[in-house]
Amino acid sequence: MRGIQERLVSILAYIGGLTSLGYQATVLSVTPPLKLSRFFNQAKRIGLDSLPIVSIVALFTGMILAFQTTYLLKKLSSEIYIANLVALSLVRELGPVFTALVVAGRVGASITAEMGTMTVTEQVDALQTLAANPVKYLVVPRFLGMVIMLPLLVIYTDLIGILGGFTICVYKLGVTGSMYMAMTFQSLVLKDLFSGLMKSLVFGIIIALVSCYEGLRTSGGAEGVGRSTTLSVVTSFILIITADCVFTALFYFVF
Amino acid sequence: MIEINNITKSFRSNKVLDGLNLVIKTGETKVIIGRSGCGKSVLLKHIVGILKPEKGGVAIDGLEITKLSDKELNLYRLRLKIAMLFQGGALFDSLTVGENVAFVLSEYTDTSKSTIIKRVKESLSMVGLKDIEHLMPSDLSGGMKKRVALARAICTKPKILLYDEPTTGVDPITADAINDLIIEFHDKLEITSIVVTHDMISAYKVADRIAMLYAGKIIQMGTPDEIKNTTNPFVKQFITGASAGAITDRENLVFGHVQD
Repeated sequence: MRGIQERLVSILAYIGGLTSLGYQATVLSVTPPLKLSRFFNQAKRIGLDSLPIVSIVALFTGMILAFQTTYLLKKLSSEIYIANLVALSLVRELGPVFTALVVAGRVGASITAEMGTMTVTEQVDALQTLAANPVKYLVVPRFLGMVIMLPLLVIYTDLIGILGGFTICVYKLGVTGSMYMAMTFQSLVLKDLFSGLMKSLVFGIIIALVSCYEGLRTSGGAEGVGRSTTLSVVTSFILIITADCVFTALFYFVF
Repeated sequence: MIEINNITKSFRSNKVLDGLNLVIKTGETKVIIGRSGCGKSVLLKHIVGILKPEKGGVAIDGLEITKLSDKELNLYRLRLKIAMLFQGGALFDSLTVGENVAFVLSEYTDTSKSTIIKRVKESLSMVGLKDIEHLMPSDLSGGMKKRVALARAICTKPKILLYDEPTTGVDPITADAINDLIIEFHDKLEITSIVVTHDMISAYKVADRIAMLYAGKIIQMGTPDEIKNTTNPFVKQFITGASAGAITDRENLVFGHVQD
């Protein structure tokens, strides 16, 4: 009983810590002075440098989706809907979730490892003694970079994924290119795109806050950095999937 | 003047500082000695305002700093008056040596670029380094890192300098050079210094007064000579570096027993 109680308290404390960091980061994001160069560095690291892996994941996901939906739709003799299914699953669901998971693993982990090392080598303390606010100096550029770049990455993923589906359908399954594109854009409405981008924004906030929070509360040398990096990725994954479920249900029932 | 009044600080169930009192006069070099992990660094972090005590307070020139927020600390420019030299240097890995030393000036003041370059050069030459502004901290040896960190600390011309084990992990020659620097800052720049160390050679050399921290309290304070001739058994074991004595007896520690 006592174990459960302590567990519950520590979970609540964690959520409180994340919320407080999120609040500080948001307020400081709009408080001058704003150093754009630091933001651009992070935006490049989060967005541009993630393009290769995101491209591969997106292309293959689109291709796999095309094969699997064809298998199913053939049974129902409704192959005509392949393009719709690929586009809808990508834009509403797989694009945001896969991109977020890839970025959490690639960038979230490196943010935690970097900031964790800074914490255990007293660089974060040194920042404070040099009159710099660690949240403003370290968290804000990463937070803004993530929140702005993740939705852009998701749009890119959607496009590449649709391209993947396109290649399979056109070159292997004999659908004409114009037909595929027409079906794709006919099926997508603004609401679908909006729900996907909404999700990716929330995922971006989750990754940024979890990775920075874990980094700043790291203790215990190299082992501690390893521990908090693992924790950061695992926590991000869990929160992303949970938030995804909540949002999907919300969009399903409300809109 | 720095007045530390009755501060208490615990981490989890471990009481690190337990009603500690200490006064450091302006311009004085106070050396705080004590075993590793006895809370010396924690004490420094209270003076610079990174940690807040559970009880008690720290007043600098009559201003109670433990009640101030980070924003207020910066407002009073207190953070620029106090500089701290960290144990491992704590240089920012992602910045060059020059950017590290110039950090406060370029980030938080309107100082012109040429003045900053001049000040960086000055600060580096004070610690005996030159033409290394473009290097990254990872290119430096441990002793050089410490000296660069010292240059970064003095670049803002602070009134108070806190040293966290300045001579640990450097060779004896660099250690003595750092001791000389501490003395020079004391004599020429009239900086108030607090040096945390367990290096007794350094302590005797730089101190106006030495205070011994043990079990969360200052158990003795005096001039280097008074400390050398102490009758307190705890202080005596520490300064003579004996592996058996009052401290180890109290903690039930026995060193040097290899099983046959």
